[in-house]
Amino acid sequence: MTTTTHSVAATIEATRRAGTGALVGYLPVGFPDLATSVDAAVALVESGVDVLELGLPYSDPVMDGLVIQKATQTALEAGFRIRDVFTAVEAIRSRVDAPVLVMTYWNPVMQYGADRFADALMNAGGAGLITPDITPDSAADWLATSERTGLDRVFLAAPSSTDARIVTTVAASRGFVYAVSTMGITGARHDVDAAARTLVSRLRAAESENVCVGIGISTADQVAEVLAYADGAIVGSALVTALAEHGVSGLARTAAALAQGRSR
Amino acid sequence: MTILGELPGPFFGEYGGRFMPESLITAIDELAAAYDLAKSDPAFHAELRELERTYSGRPSIITEVPRFAQHAGGARIILKREDLNHTGSHKINNVLGQALLTRRIGKTRVIAETGAGQHGVATATAAALFGFECTVYMGEVDTKRQALNVARMRLLGAEVVSVTTGSRTLKDAINEAYREWVTSVETTNYIFGTAAGPHPFPAMVRDFQKIIGEEARAQVMELTGRLPDAVVACVGGGSNAIGIFTAFLDDPGVKLFGYEAAGDGIDTDRHAAAIERGRPGILHGARSYLLQDEDGQTVESHSISAGLDYPGVGPEHAYLSDIGRATYLPTSDTEAMEALRLLSMTEGIIPAIESAHALSGALKLGRELGPDAVILVNLSGRGDKDVQTAGDWFGLFDEGAVQA
Ligand SMILES: Cc1ncc(COP(=O)(O)O)c(C=O)c1O
Repeated sequence: MTTTTHSVAATIEATRRAGTGALVGYLPVGFPDLATSVDAAVALVESGVDVLELGLPYSDPVMDGLVIQKATQTALEAGFRIRDVFTAVEAIRSRVDAPVLVMTYWNPVMQYGADRFADALMNAGGAGLITPDITPDSAADWLATSERTGLDRVFLAAPSSTDARIVTTVAASRGFVYAVSTMGITGARHDVDAAARTLVSRLRAAESENVCVGIGISTADQVAEVLAYADGAIVGSALVTALAEHGVSGLARTAAALAQGRSR
Repeated sequence: MTILGELPGPFFGEYGGRFMPESLITAIDELAAAYDLAKSDPAFHAELRELERTYSGRPSIITEVPRFAQHAGGARIILKREDLNHTGSHKINNVLGQALLTRRIGKTRVIAETGAGQHGVATATAAALFGFECTVYMGEVDTKRQALNVARMRLLGAEVVSVTTGSRTLKDAINEAYREWVTSVETTNYIFGTAAGPHPFPAMVRDFQKIIGEEARAQVMELTGRLPDAVVACVGGGSNAIGIFTAFLDDPGVKLFGYEAAGDGIDTDRHAAAIERGRPGILHGARSYLLQDEDGQTVESHSISAGLDYPGVGPEHAYLSDIGRATYLPTSDTEAMEALRLLSMTEGIIPAIESAHALSGALKLGRELGPDAVILVNLSGRGDKDVQTAGDWFGLFDEGAVQA
C-alpha cells in the first residue's frame, strides 16, 4: 500500500510524536459557495487544523444535526455538484499541506461510480473517504475500490457497537477509526460523553492504531479532554457555525482557539 | 423453484440490504434476531391473531362493486376492505405485529414516521393499548393536509413532531425519526410503517401484511370459485401492495399490478413514480428504485396523496418489477380523485386518496381485460382523513363556511 508523506496516518503519527494529538476539522464543500469553502478549508489548516474532513452535501443527511443540515442544504440550493468536491480538494491541496478526507453519504458515490469517484479523488490529491451511512459489512464496492487505489477508508464505531463489530470495523478501517462520542448526531454539546473514553479503549483493545473522536466537540477544553485519551479530536458544527456567522476570518479565530486545546 | 411468497431478505435480488449508520446497527440487528425468534414461536402468532380478531377486526370482508365496475369495462371488481379495520387502514396490521415485538424486546417507547398519518395513528393506537410512550414524526406539509390525523394521534396520547427540513414530507419524517432513534435507541423501538427501509423491515412488514392477501385469496375463491385474474394495489413504500400480492406470488395465472402516484402527470417532474421513473440507489437503508438526480441527490416527489408522496419504494417491489412478476404503472392525481368520487357515488364507499390510485388503476385495467375478468383491489384505507382535500378539489364546501 502506498503511504505518501501526507497521508492521514502519517500526519496523526507526527502529531502523536509531537505530543499534541491531531485536530480534525470538518466543513462542507460549497458552503456558503465553492470558492469561499476552499478559502475556509485553507484557513483551517493555517490556523492549526491537522486533517481536513470535507463534507459532500447530500439531500438526506441522517447523521447530521441542524447546523450542518442547513449549511449543506444551502450548498445544494446554490447548485452544488459532486465534481465540485474534486475541484475543492485540488485547490486546497495546492495551497496547504494537510491530508483531505471526504465525508460522504454513500448514494452520491454509488451514482457517480465508486471507481470513478475514487480515481477523481486520487487525481485531486484526496486522502480517502469517511462514510457515515455504510458499514464494512455493506461496503463491498468501497472495500474493493479502496484496496485498488490505496485511499483511506474511515468507518465509524459507536458506543452501541458490539465487540465483534468493533473488531471488523478496526480491521476494515485505514487512516483512523471515527469513534462516535455519543449516541447522537452532529451538533455542539456541552459535555463530551463519558462513553467516548470507553469506546476508545475498546477500539484500542481491538488494536486500532489511530482513533479520532467526533460529534459534540466544540471547545478547546473538549479538544484537550479528548486528546488526553484519543489520537485526534474532530470538530464540525462549531466550525460551520463560525463560518456561517463570522465568515472566513471568524472561522480562522475559532479554529485557532480550538487548536489551543492540542498542546495542553 | 424458489417460492416467491417467502423471500426472507435481507436481499431481494440485488435490492434491499441494510445500509445504515453504525450507531443503529446493533438495534436493527437485535430487532432482526428478535423477529426471527418470534416468527417461529406459535405463542407470538397466537397473540397477534387474537389482537386481530378482538381489536382490529379481522378478517376484513370483501365487497363486490358492480355499479363501480360498470365504469371498468364490466369486469368483476372485488374490494378487500382494509378500510374497515380499526383506525381505518391496513397500517394497523403491521403495527400490532411490531408492537408485540417491541414488548418482547423490552422497550417501552416507540417512534414512527408517517405520511398520510394512518401509520402514525395506528402506532399511537397500539402505544395506547400497550402502554408505550409514543412520538410520531410527520412532515410539515403532511401535518397540514392530514390535520385530522394529527389531532387523532394527539388524542391518543402521542407526541407529534412536525418536521420542517427538506421537502417536509414522508422522506424527511423518516430522516428525522432516524436522527432521533440514534439518541434514544436503548429504550426506543422504531415502528417502521412500510415495506421499505433496512432489513428486517421489508420482510417483516410484508409478513405482518400478508394476511390481507391470504384472506382475500380464500374469500375470492369462495365468492367466484376461482382465482382473480388480476390483483391491484397502490404503492407508496409498498406495504399494502406486498400485503395483498404475497399470497398470489406463486399463482402464475394471477397478474399483479401496483399503481404509483403520477402526481401532475408521469411526464411532468411532479410525481412519485419511483419504479417507473427512478433508478437504483440507496435511501433509508435499502437499495431500490429511487427518484434521484444524476448526482444521487434524492428528488422530491409530488402527489396529492400524502401516503404515496415518497421518492423511494420497497426493495421487494423493485425485484418483482425486474423479474416481471408484478407490473407497476403510474396513475395521476386527477385520475385518482375521479376514482375516489366514482366509488363514493356508485357504491357509498369513500376511499382514502391512496387507495383511490388503486381504484383508478382498476378502472383502466378492467377496460383492458374485459367483462370476463375478476379484479381484486386492495382498498387500503378509508377517506375520512381526506374529506378536506376532496372538498377543496371538487369545490364541495359552501362559500363562506368555516372549515375546521
Ligand atoms: C390508506 C393508505 N394506503 C396506502 C398507503 C401507502 O403506503 P404503503 O405503500 O406502504 O401501503 C398509505 C400510507 O400512508 C395509506 O394510509
